[in-house]
Order: sequence, then C-alpha cells, then structure tokens
Amino acid sequence: MTHEIIISGFGGQGVMAIGKSIAEAGMKEGMDVSWLPSYGPEMRGGTANCSVVLSHNPIISPLVQNPTELIAMNKPSLIKFEPAVTAGGLILVNSSIIEIKTTRTDVTSAYIPCLEIATELGNLKVANMVMLGAYIEATKVVSVETIREMLVHMFTGPKAALVELNIEALRRGAACIK
Amino acid sequence: MAKELWKGNEAVAQAAIRAGCKYFFGYPITPQNEIPEYFSKHLPLVGGCFIQAESEIAAINMVYGAAGSGARVMTSSSSPGISLKQEGITYIACAELPAVIVNMMRGGPGLGNIAPSQADYFQATRGGGNGDYRTVVLAPATIQEAADLVQEAFDIADYYRNPVVVLADGMIGQMMEAIEWRDPKKRELPQKTWAANGTFDKREHNIINSLFIDAGDCTVQNKKLEEKYRAITQNEIRYDLSGDEEPEVVLVAYGTTSRIARAACIQLKEKGIKASLFRPITLWPFPEKALHDEAQKPSVKAVVTVEMSMGQMVDDVKIAVNGIKPVEFFGTGGGTIPTPQQIVQKIVTVVGGK
Repeated sequence: MTHEIIISGFGGQGVMAIGKSIAEAGMKEGMDVSWLPSYGPEMRGGTANCSVVLSHNPIISPLVQNPTELIAMNKPSLIKFEPAVTAGGLILVNSSIIEIKTTRTDVTSAYIPCLEIATELGNLKVANMVMLGAYIEATKVVSVETIREMLVHMFTGPKAALVELNIEALRRGAACIK
Repeated sequence: MAKELWKGNEAVAQAAIRAGCKYFFGYPITPQNEIPEYFSKHLPLVGGCFIQAESEIAAINMVYGAAGSGARVMTSSSSPGISLKQEGITYIACAELPAVIVNMMRGGPGLGNIAPSQADYFQATRGGGNGDYRTVVLAPATIQEAADLVQEAFDIADYYRNPVVVLADGMIGQMMEAIEWRDPKKRELPQKTWAANGTFDKREHNIINSLFIDAGDCTVQNKKLEEKYRAITQNEIRYDLSGDEEPEVVLVAYGTTSRIARAACIQLKEKGIKASLFRPITLWPFPEKALHDEAQKPSVKAVVTVEMSMGQMVDDVKIAVNGIKPVEFFGTGGGTIPTPQQIVQKIVTVVGGK
C-alpha cells in the first residue's frame, strides 16, 4: 500500500519534523519515501505543511493531491485539506486548538489533545510526538521501535534523557487511538 | 551502502564535495539556499573555501578565477540570480574553463516567485550570454539522480574544459528522498596543463582569456569550440525511455515534470491509452535522434511535450520530430506544478478517449 500523507499546521508546531520522522522511519524499514515541504508564501504567512509518501513500490510523484492520511495541527489546515482526503482515509485532529469536528462521514477521524498531553508530560515541545504516536498506532505504517532507534541516534550525551520523554509522548498519543 | 534521507539542495552540495569541489562562490536566493549553507559549513572541513560574494556577478567571476587556476569550483543560484551570472558563463565558455553551475529554477520572468519552474530552459540550452557557446545541461528528476549527476558534472566539465549546468527546480531542491552515495563512471581526465597556477620559473605563462581582438583569431576559437561541441553531442547524450513499447502518444518531459508525466502515463493506461515517456537527461546536447526514432514508430499518433513553462523544450522536440508527427504542448507557467489529471485531459483531447 502507498501512504500519501499531508501534515499541516502553524510554523513551530513541528509539522516538518513529524513528516521527516515518518519518512526516515519508512526508509529504515525498507520503503521508498519522499518528503516535500511547502516553502512558499503560505509558509511565510504562518502555516506550513509537508507531503510525505511511503510505498513498497517506487514512488512516482512526490506530490500529494489526495492524502490517504491528514494530520491537521491547526484549524486552517483541517479546513483546507479535509475535502481532499481519499474516501476511507484517516484524519487526525489536534483537538487542543481545533474546536471543530470533521464533517466527512467516509473517513476515520480521531481527536488528539496534543497540548494537554504534552503539558502533563512537562514539555510542550513533545506535542508533535504525541500526534506522531497517534499516527503510528492508527496506521501501523512503521514501528515505534524504529522511531526509538532514531531518537537514540538523535539525542546523545546530556540530551539522552529526551529519548524516554519522546517515547512516552508517542505512547500517550497511541493511547488516544481506539 | 545503506540509504540515507537527503534534501535535494544538501545532496547537491555534498555530491560536489565528494567530487572534489573545493571552492564555492555564491549569493543567497530561495529556493536553493541550503546549497551555500551546506558548503559554508562543510567546505572548510575539507580544506576548501566558501565565499558569500557581494553579488551574483562577483560570484561567477570568482568561479572564473578559481577555474582558471585549475581548481574544481562551483556556484549555484536560482533563476534571476542565474540571469546575473550569464556574462561570466559566456567568458568561462570562451576561455574553455571547467566549472559547474547549478540552477534551482523558480517562477519567472523577472523576480517572479520562489515556486518550482522550468522556464529557464532557453537560458540554459541557448546560452543566456552572448556569442556562439554551449553549456552541457543536465536535468535530474530525483534526488538520487541529482547526487549522481552533480558528481559527474565535474568530470564532464574537466574532460571537455567546458561549463556544465545542472538544471533542476525548487521542488527537487526542497524535497527529501532516500539516496545511496555512489561514484560516477571513471573517466580518464586530462592534466590541467593550461591552468594559470604559477610557473615556478619552469614554463611560459599560461594565459586565460576570452578576448580575441583579431577577428581571424576569434574565428579560429569559434571553430575549436564547434568541434568540441560536436564531440560532446556525439558522446554525452542521455535520456530515459519508459512506458508502452507501441505507444499511441509519446510524452516528453524532464526533471520534476517527468515524474508527474509518469503518473499521467499510469492513468492513461487505465483509460486504455498507450503512452510512452521520453525523458531527456541531457537537455543540451538534446537526444534528438532517439526522440525522432520513438516518434517514428507506426503506432505513434502524436508527441506531447509537458513543461513547467509556457513552451520552451517543445522547440527542441519539434526539431527532433521534424514534422513526421504532430507535436502538442501542455505547460504551466509562473511556478505552478501541473497535475497528472491535467496532462491526461490534454492527451485525451489529442488522441481521443476510449
């Protein structure tokens, strides 16, 4: 199966990092991957998004028109991309700052209170990892173990303690998926 | 070797360093800023030198100087910045110096915008500078191909003593894909006996020059260049042909657009329309004969060129096809990326749906 994912939100919410994590984990698990950021004027205006494709077949085009999964970290992103999601697709909503619900009846929606969970964990910066945990649980596209290996590689020395914090954030996000 | 996730711009810079590039001179412009950023950090680590010049014109003249001393040198920019470099490029071509110039094209004309575009095809293949000169133009479609071609660009430049342009766009610059680092095919490269790198009192001065004030001398230089360009045309043409072997329609597209055209080919197949995709990898020299051969197949009803421009490569396609089949064009200008559906729609109107 080919996963075509759009991750969208405000600059600073870590949407690019969510996308890169999914792409890198997919690559490490032997899939063909691409990551394409928005870098145009819309990014300068405050919202940013990236398109990630993961496939067991060679990726033809890295552009995502109709995502199989949408991760909406803010309200404008949900409004903009919800209509484009494929039937039977998945929408993950950052319910901490998005008060509205999805209107599509032909997709699966889940609401993740990323900020509240991150606050409970004592570090707002892991809000995007909460969302990533929910995404992985909902799709099983990559394993948490692969993400852990990446985190161990990324956080070394005095930052090594951040590995467990991030893993806990993933776990708490996953728990939001029924 | 394990695959690594690389951003296009950073892969381009790393590929250059792998190829032995020691000098980079440039001036910032989106969407290629990660190239100078990467060089600024990594060139000093390999004993090289990075300079952010005061302008594009200064940067290309620094390239001219470093190339004249025999160094492996590169510059990069995006469309309006490349326009400013044209004077230096024609000097470098006339003086027969090897250099690599990367253009991550953006929307134009004028300052345009920072979105992906392919509207500098004429500038790259016709020479935006003055006089009869050619630059080899390589057009990668993936990050892997960008990494491979940038490394090889230095060898091609050294082998022919000629500037080589790597022509990509903002999308290839900004996106990330998994790549493997691999070496280009080995070439026997000539010694740079022409380099102005110090006589050490052992030889006559080497002079690097693009001024031939005597018309007769300049004619001789033009003839010499022409012979070189003929050799490049014989040896360096590259393209990729995929899709149906007996196509009704031949799509011609390069770089980013070729990927979207490939997606269109798959949708066409579902509609029962047989299509092949002809992807030039060298834009100059253009794969004229190979495209002519493909167009000549009895099954082919039409050739359709797709570009992120208002129609530039289509001129070369028409020259190649030379009237034996109709040549149609679909393009998006100003930084818009075409969708596979738009391409399919165009082709259905050309060859008829089923």
